[in-house]
Amino acid sequence: MDIVRKERAERSIAVSNGGYAQLTADVLAHAKQCGATEADIVVADGETFSVQVRVGAVDRLTKAREKQLGLRVFVGKRSATTSTSDFSKASLDRLVSETCTLARAVVEDPVSGLPEATQLDSDRPDLDLYDETVLGAETQIDWAKRGESAAFSADSRITNSEGAEFDSSSGQVVLANSHGFVGSYQSSSFSLSVSPIATEIGTGAMQRDAWYEVQHKFARLASAESIGQEAARRAVRRLGARRVATNRVPVVFDQATAGSLLANLCSAVSGYGLYKRASFLLDQLGQIVASDRVTVYDDGRMVGGLGSRPFDGEGLATRKNTIVERGVLTSYLLDTYSGKKLGLSSTGNASRSVGESPSVGPTNFYLVPGVKTPAEIVGSVKEGLYLTEVIGFGINMVTGDYSRGACGFWIENGELTFPVEEITIAGNLRQMLRDIELVGNDLAFRGRIASPTLKISEMMVAGN
Amino acid sequence: MADHVQLATFGITELEVQHALDRLNVRDVEYADLYFESRISESVSMEEGLVKRAAKSISQGVGVRATAGEKTGFAYSDELTKKDLEIAADTARYIARSHKGDRAVPLPTQRRPTRDLYPIERAKADVATPERVALLNEIDAAARRYDSRIKNVMASFNTEYKVVAVATSDGVLVGDVQPLSRLQITCIAEENGNRQVGSFGGGGRVGFEFYRDQNRHLNYAQEAAREAILNLSAVDAPAGAMPVVLAGGWPGILLHEAIGHGLEADFNRKKTSAFSSLIGKRVASDVCTIVDDGTLPYRRGSLNMDDEGTPTGRTTLIERGILRGYITDKLNARLMGIALTGNGRRESYQSVVLPRMTNTFMLAGNLDPHDIIRSVKKGLYAVSFGGGQVDITNGKFVFSASEAYLIEDGKVTKPVKGATLIGNGPEILTKVSMVGHDLKLDNGIGTCGKDGQSVPVGVGLPTIKIDEITVGGTQG
Repeated sequence: MDIVRKERAERSIAVSNGGYAQLTADVLAHAKQCGATEADIVVADGETFSVQVRVGAVDRLTKAREKQLGLRVFVGKRSATTSTSDFSKASLDRLVSETCTLARAVVEDPVSGLPEATQLDSDRPDLDLYDETVLGAETQIDWAKRGESAAFSADSRITNSEGAEFDSSSGQVVLANSHGFVGSYQSSSFSLSVSPIATEIGTGAMQRDAWYEVQHKFARLASAESIGQEAARRAVRRLGARRVATNRVPVVFDQATAGSLLANLCSAVSGYGLYKRASFLLDQLGQIVASDRVTVYDDGRMVGGLGSRPFDGEGLATRKNTIVERGVLTSYLLDTYSGKKLGLSSTGNASRSVGESPSVGPTNFYLVPGVKTPAEIVGSVKEGLYLTEVIGFGINMVTGDYSRGACGFWIENGELTFPVEEITIAGNLRQMLRDIELVGNDLAFRGRIASPTLKISEMMVAGN
Repeated sequence: MADHVQLATFGITELEVQHALDRLNVRDVEYADLYFESRISESVSMEEGLVKRAAKSISQGVGVRATAGEKTGFAYSDELTKKDLEIAADTARYIARSHKGDRAVPLPTQRRPTRDLYPIERAKADVATPERVALLNEIDAAARRYDSRIKNVMASFNTEYKVVAVATSDGVLVGDVQPLSRLQITCIAEENGNRQVGSFGGGGRVGFEFYRDQNRHLNYAQEAAREAILNLSAVDAPAGAMPVVLAGGWPGILLHEAIGHGLEADFNRKKTSAFSSLIGKRVASDVCTIVDDGTLPYRRGSLNMDDEGTPTGRTTLIERGILRGYITDKLNARLMGIALTGNGRRESYQSVVLPRMTNTFMLAGNLDPHDIIRSVKKGLYAVSFGGGQVDITNGKFVFSASEAYLIEDGKVTKPVKGATLIGNGPEILTKVSMVGHDLKLDNGIGTCGKDGQSVPVGVGLPTIKIDEITVGGTQG
């Protein structure tokens, strides 16, 4: 309806890229004059438009355009990082000299520095991250309204809503360094989330839940109706939830909660936690850390992937790394710095937020699916928990101790019987990874980290 | 006349502000505001005995908002020219579907902030980097000196210097300078392959001298080291429902999660909170009185004014167990027809205003904390916590202990490993049977997240006893 194609998008981006190419070159040259021996610079800019609808009416429209520049300089083996949103010449000149002064104030770190020039990325695959579709306000409002309305129509117990939100954004990242590397890529994002509230007839007790989807390409989004219906199904099925008795039982993690478990694994293999001796997977490379049903990849080159990018936060080519192969830890996630600290090479996982020095982050980090359907996995449990949500921060990455608030469904004789809440699940991540007994066939990416349904043979469930 | 709002910081004039407000003030728009913000954030951090990293960020921008009924139009920009203000204003008023300014706006009156809760000289807050480096080096030495089993010390010192100016269609033009700093320390202890972590920190709207005063920085270091060493001998935590005694101070995170969020006006206007129809009803035992107070000098959660220019205040949330009130921003106070409490806050110019807590705490009772512990035959004594989270709609909340002990026959005995506690917000405070005389506020480390926005907050608690709450340990 009011979807417009930006015909001249390519050209206008090329022009603005050219502008940043000059700007980044100027800043790097100035840094050198100020005494920097090496430097890199990242520029990110973008536009976002967000629509929130609640109970059928527009609640909030948000529109913005923003830009930010991050600078990292090395004066010998000392370094500092700065950022600004003011791109005026005077502001950037001041930033460069302040950054060099700041670097001189910290101690030498023998390991610090840019990656070697020979390591820098040269191939630039098209990873299909950008969609030039520009949606008008009316289209986004319509999507959000249809999503929320589908949730209300799906079940009479959906009585209220925290709303539905449709966001679109697009932007570009430019990275340049004093070795002569200059790279840039564009990406876009379209997402719809619907958050309905269900009310139990009689008691008036309420339950919320939500469903969402996010894609680089507008055309790949599932229908607003299907997202709204799934959100309603999830909220309604929680009605009547209760506690269960404290007991040690098998726990089946659904896609979402299994994804959170995989995110814990991802933190544990991050180079920064490892060299600081703050990970429960310290010194475990080449050893068995999980059951032999577990294979995990991190793939930065997955076409259309939500975590894909052609080069990492230091300009190294991204790639597909095998992190765990049939239970054996085969690789950490590393950037140049954390790699050197551990005597290893970068895995192309430098993650750069504009105002900070690089750290490590996943690209598309996932557990390879097995063959069992989720129903077959639930069917294998005589008595246990089907886990659909975990809340809180009860994870100790140093020891692996794990204790979180939980809700889900009680399994009896292989069937989901009633919803449960106000319980905790507890164990230790080291043991939990070894206790993964079954892996589902239902891998689906709804973010950068994804897992199919998993069954853990036994955990402590605390209730009344 | 002195410029109380530092518009010059943003390179704009009062006239330009007035023009932008005129543009926003169209038919159907009931309220509009402009929020100018300039922020300088600095950090230095240490690990492995080396202060290796220093960072500084500068950001500046304006957020422009118009509300009509329940609708909000919002735009923001990091450019502050007249043209950018106009574009943002036109975007924001899109919500009201009017096309031009057709109503006169009252000229905003420049207001002086009503008080200064954090009078810090810029020069004091902005000490040279080498002084910060020296502070971190002393911390490293103190933590390692505490015990030779401390194998790594990570510390960071962060400061933020924020200047804001708010111009509103209801006639307010007011500014504030908001300093904020925080020192955070994490120690790793190792013994025979057993590795444990301990953390401690503090801060507030205070200058650098605060950390050296009374050797606070060294005390923080020793506390972090002590917790790490203590955890070397921690046993598995118990699982199941049991009595829990919470120590004073940071365990007040209980109040923040269990009732604070549920009493934010937006959830109650939308009737999505488990507390929605409970005003005037009993939600706690009669020993519980709980307030939110943004006026405590130098506190992390304090503000001279909220981000809509309303002076902050002290709001009674629960009085002797009875739910008294919500915390509000302008939009929700107007739509609900209730009092404005000065709790309209935003993370930055890039985010919308939401009702948020400031410093939330329970008033002291009259019991001796030792008597409270003595009253428990078998339970948990929790002294320090990591984070917490709540589901507003069903009221279920969690918070995770990082330092806790068993209570056996009225005595504090073995340290236990961290465990998550889970309860139901509208119910949990009815199980508070004892309140100590030792009210303590936390040290200034809290950051609250809501709708993706983080704001600094404080909490506080005297020692209390909860007769029953579920503890998520591993030992049945």
